[in-house]
Amino acid sequence: MLSERTAFLVFSAIALIGAANVVTRKNPVHAALWLVGSFLGVAGLFLTLGAGLLGAIQVMVYAGAIMVLFLFVILLLNLDVTEGDGLSFARGASFLAAIATLALVALPFAQSRELRAAATPDHAAPDASAGNVADLLFTRYALPFEVVSLLLLIAMVGAIHLARRPRRDESV
Amino acid sequence: MVPQAWYLIVSALLFGLGIVGFVTRRNSLVMFMSVELMLNAANLVFVAGARDHFPARGTACALFVIAVAAAEVAVGLAMVLALFRLKKSVQADDVRELRA
Amino acid sequence: MTMLATLLTATPLVATSLAATPLGGALLAATPPSDATAPLWLTLIKVFTVFGITMTLVPMLVLAERRVSAWMQYRVGPNRVGPGGSLQPLADLVKMLFKEELRPDGVPPFIFTAAPAIAAICALSMMAVVPFGGTLEVGGRSIPMVVADTDIGVLVVLALSSIGVYGITLGGWASNSKYSLLGGLRSSAQMISYELSLGISLLGVLVVSGNFESGSFRLSDVIEYQATTGIWNALRLPLGFVLFTIAAFAETNRLPFDLPEAEPELVGGYHTEYSSMRFGLFFLGEYAAMVAGSSVIVCLFLGGWHCPWLTTEVTVGWTGALLQMSVFLAKVLAFLFFFIHVRWTLPRLRYDQLMTLGWKWMLPLSLLNLLWAGAHAALGWF
Repeated sequence: MLSERTAFLVFSAIALIGAANVVTRKNPVHAALWLVGSFLGVAGLFLTLGAGLLGAIQVMVYAGAIMVLFLFVILLLNLDVTEGDGLSFARGASFLAAIATLALVALPFAQSRELRAAATPDHAAPDASAGNVADLLFTRYALPFEVVSLLLLIAMVGAIHLARRPRRDESV
Repeated sequence: MVPQAWYLIVSALLFGLGIVGFVTRRNSLVMFMSVELMLNAANLVFVAGARDHFPARGTACALFVIAVAAAEVAVGLAMVLALFRLKKSVQADDVRELRA
Repeated sequence: MTMLATLLTATPLVATSLAATPLGGALLAATPPSDATAPLWLTLIKVFTVFGITMTLVPMLVLAERRVSAWMQYRVGPNRVGPGGSLQPLADLVKMLFKEELRPDGVPPFIFTAAPAIAAICALSMMAVVPFGGTLEVGGRSIPMVVADTDIGVLVVLALSSIGVYGITLGGWASNSKYSLLGGLRSSAQMISYELSLGISLLGVLVVSGNFESGSFRLSDVIEYQATTGIWNALRLPLGFVLFTIAAFAETNRLPFDLPEAEPELVGGYHTEYSSMRFGLFFLGEYAAMVAGSSVIVCLFLGGWHCPWLTTEVTVGWTGALLQMSVFLAKVLAFLFFFIHVRWTLPRLRYDQLMTLGWKWMLPLSLLNLLWAGAHAALGWF
């Protein structure tokens, strides 16, 4: 079968090419489709990290639900129009910001010897199977779990309120 | 085993592309997509960082991020729809009224 | 033109075997406790068996649909080609291959061609995680009778079914026609709405079958639980069974949920502009999705290969394996007959009725079902 390294290279290439195209495509439908590709690539990377559960959830939630919603809105608004070029100042600034982030994040790690050496995995640690993750969610991360559920509820109420067509007698 | 540093580099590149998209693109939908890219990059770091010592925790944190991203998209797309109803456009540059 | 058409017919075949093998391989490699050591030839044999059976079922199903509908409407149906019309699907295929390949103006060529392929490939790949038998013990080797014996089996089904939406939505968008676009829009809204109830009613099954204790989403574990206890999940979760079946009808775009292609209003919906083998692929995808959907329902709720007093052992030899496979196939065929029967019985829902049913009825009821399943597991009922 695939060696882990090959799988890593293939999946990260998919993720990065997808991401680059999201940024550069003029047509929002094409951008959305490339984003789906990028998400699938990242899901593959999760698989190579031994997090198959997260990979499947990534495909289901991101590619299957969130991006379908995006596509739905794009089609609903019929947005085939190409947009004008962005501001040149913003463009330059963004590249600077991107490179700065890259340097900030990647450089110290690439230099640290511990990370460059093959780390010794702790085999006693609970693996990322559904049972272990669920245990964590209901014990160690119980509070964030509740907060996130509250957030989802609030988001749902907010989304319904925002998307509601205002009544005639109501000002916008 | 692929070194974790490689995953971090991929994640940094994804995050960088997300920033580029968010700042250069004026279409609010594409800007949202760029935010999703950045969130994905964060997830990748969570999972890669947790791989060797507590894999389950990495997945749990990434699940939170995905849930928050879903909430963000629901509200964000509702806002885009409301904006479109008002302005017949989804370009971020067309919404400048609050600017003096 | 015909060469191109032939090429297109070959595409799903090649692509699916290709897709199923590395997908299964990557998943197997990623989930250590499974049979990562299974040799490639074994996997290939399984891939081609499952693929071959599915591809045989599809034309049979098309014929069955026409004959059953004729029977229900007191007609005769196609009976000229071959004995009793049995070669009709072949004639349909030949007709489709030789039809002109039309592409409307201003259509993005790649997406237009890719859309039907996505629909077909997703539906066909779903069969990779469906177990068609228990464990075959032969020559000192125990072979799980499923193509990809992975930890996250059920999730793969859900993931592929949600990716399959893209086929229809993109087909509708890329056709550059208002009817197609409306069909695509309806399909994406419908899929998002019913996926929720589908997922939640599925959770109930996992809770009841003790999958969360073992931490696996294997379909074979669900079947094993039903086989060892001798009670099918449809009895444990009658509500969940009904909900899952309704949601599966919606996910496969079958009547009463065939709004994306509603002929009277939308000409042909998302496939209005498709002709020849491109249309054929959509067609293939729809029927393959039916086969996959019934197989999953049979696995989750109707005991899979388990039949009381006949096939109760998980680990079997050759005869037992054949028996298990026949039981499984018989159940799937029976459920497919039900699929067809429903199509020719019920009228189509209106769009607002569809949304009301999905959000105001199915979703709360599937939550109720989950509660029921929780009580079931916690109180240790049958």
